[in-house]
Amino acid sequence: MANSPFLEIHNLHASVAGNEILRGVELTVNRGEVHAVMGPNGSGKSTLAHVLAGRPGYTVTEGKVLYKGQDLLAMAPELRAREGVFLAFQYPVEIPGVSNVYFLKAAVNAIRKHRGLPEYDAMEFLALVRQKAKLVEIDEDLVKRPVNEGFSGGEKKRNEIFQMALLDPALAILDETDSGLDIDALRIVAGGVNQLRSPERSMIVVTHYQRLLNYIVPDFLHVLVEGRIVRSGGKELALELEEKGYAWLEKEPPPSVGVPAGAH
Amino acid sequence: MPMEAIAAEKVEKSAGSGPRFVPERAEFPGEPGWLGALRREAFGRFESLGFPTPKDEAWRYTGLQTVTEIPWTRGAWAPRLAKPLPSGARLLTPAGAEGRLGRIVPFEKNAFAALNTALFEGAGALILEIAPGAVLAEPIEIVIDAGAPDSAEAAYPRVLILAGERSESSVVESYVGSGRTFTNAVTEIALAPGAILEHTKLQEESLEARHVHTVAVQQARGSRFTSHNVALGSALARTDLSAILGGEGAECALYGLFVGRGRQHLDNRTVIDHATPHTTSRELYKGVMDGASRGVFHGTIVVRPDAQKTDAVQTNKNLLLSREALVNSTPALEIFADDVKCKHGSTTGQLDAAALFYLRSRGIGEPEARALLTWAFAADVAEKIRVPSIRRRVERELGQRLPGAESAATATSGGAA
Repeated sequence: MANSPFLEIHNLHASVAGNEILRGVELTVNRGEVHAVMGPNGSGKSTLAHVLAGRPGYTVTEGKVLYKGQDLLAMAPELRAREGVFLAFQYPVEIPGVSNVYFLKAAVNAIRKHRGLPEYDAMEFLALVRQKAKLVEIDEDLVKRPVNEGFSGGEKKRNEIFQMALLDPALAILDETDSGLDIDALRIVAGGVNQLRSPERSMIVVTHYQRLLNYIVPDFLHVLVEGRIVRSGGKELALELEEKGYAWLEKEPPPSVGVPAGAH
Repeated sequence: MPMEAIAAEKVEKSAGSGPRFVPERAEFPGEPGWLGALRREAFGRFESLGFPTPKDEAWRYTGLQTVTEIPWTRGAWAPRLAKPLPSGARLLTPAGAEGRLGRIVPFEKNAFAALNTALFEGAGALILEIAPGAVLAEPIEIVIDAGAPDSAEAAYPRVLILAGERSESSVVESYVGSGRTFTNAVTEIALAPGAILEHTKLQEESLEARHVHTVAVQQARGSRFTSHNVALGSALARTDLSAILGGEGAECALYGLFVGRGRQHLDNRTVIDHATPHTTSRELYKGVMDGASRGVFHGTIVVRPDAQKTDAVQTNKNLLLSREALVNSTPALEIFADDVKCKHGSTTGQLDAAALFYLRSRGIGEPEARALLTWAFAADVAEKIRVPSIRRRVERELGQRLPGAESAATATSGGAA
């Protein structure tokens, strides 16, 4: 198991409400690598992110996903989270009546319990909150408010990265984390993500625009078109996309199935 | 147990012939003449009305077979004070409440209020007077304990609250019991000009109990009435709450929470009558129904022809936790003035799937996530209770009724961590 890749996605097909969105995704991510997935609207980027996190309603019709050698798709969403998978939502959900700090303590302790670590008490947790809140310059006041309720777009995204810092995932999936952010907010969010880069943490950064990749520089970049990865390369591929758009890739035939798209 | 009891009653019903509960007129020697006359009038009214049937619009969703087909015998429970009254409040006898007792609740069309008026134990009626200008230091708690009688018993608790001018008080009515009982209660409340009253009703009778409660509120100019109506117990419970905003600047806020499970049937009917200009009402009722329980919310807002500048907002939100649970929600606006602001909204649904996934995606197990969201849905009504000791008690009781909510009970307070 030590030699198997950290995350292997093979021939992944998935549909939402009867429409096939993913049509044979191949992707391998090793520990500590940052992979960007780009693609035009409707290409399946967000679907891929949600399928990996286990969102109900996203049906996998074919293929498999091995995470640390385990069958990820067989795991409930909460189990994936406890095993270290984290999805930063494109649209974080507002939950009136549940305070952010209570929610986060419950989440952190559920994960710690799963890992055989002692649960944090209130004081220990607040100390952790203070330390991690600095990372994304999040106001402690926001931490006490109901989850995402009344947060601005930028505050919601910062809250996602703040959660990521608290939950300390092994695999972080960032779904369009740049959408709706102005340049200052983008810089703060990207700065938080960069501080969380480590040889122990892999990331999949899903984005429509190359802009985010100026701040979070990936090790590898993949282009998703119509549910398949049609091109993989290094970060320089982003510049090519920036120049030519997605149209030139949409016209190319997909690579033959079986060729691992991710570099090793 | 409660379900077996109901099943047994059904068998009796098929063998019997029609209603079995025939209340009898009662005499209360030594009472003042006006009260005797009122009782005779009320009993006559009950006899001509009879118990409501499903043909009565007001009882369309609530069948009364399990009340009318049981030969209830007379029970002896009555409202009592949980502890001595704080200064500024005193008790009156019915003789001392002439012109007020029985004048707020209309029994012309309400058979249960008529029956209560005819039969309530005069000596047991709890008549509370808050002195003008008094600001009570602590809440007054009235307990109506049906106990655990051996046979099926019915009683007619009667409460009258007279809040004096510019007084400020908080009164709790707590309905408890552990037997097969029928409580037919009436609470009359009068707020003098400028009076402020917070009234909390906590109904946690046994799951074999039947409970019908008529609450009638009359508000004078500049008074402020807040109601917290929490229904947790009883096989069948119905609360009729009406507030008449009878003076300029009067305000009422009605908050309700009904939490049903098993085969409970919880019915809440409110009428807010904007009878004068410049009055304000806020209403928020929430239902959380699990199992095969059924909830009813019927909220009427009346704006009289000259009640200009009325400001009314009514909201009913219901959460269904199982496929068998059901809520009937009917908002009714009767607006006869043209310069008014009235809004109402009603939603009934299940737990938000997106919120559930969000919590689970952070490692929180599905049962805990459901409990947390259910608690959050219900708790904002409890949070509106201003007296901390009462709020904590309601939250504690809720914690025992909501599925898995004990662990989530601290979720809503910001300092929970």
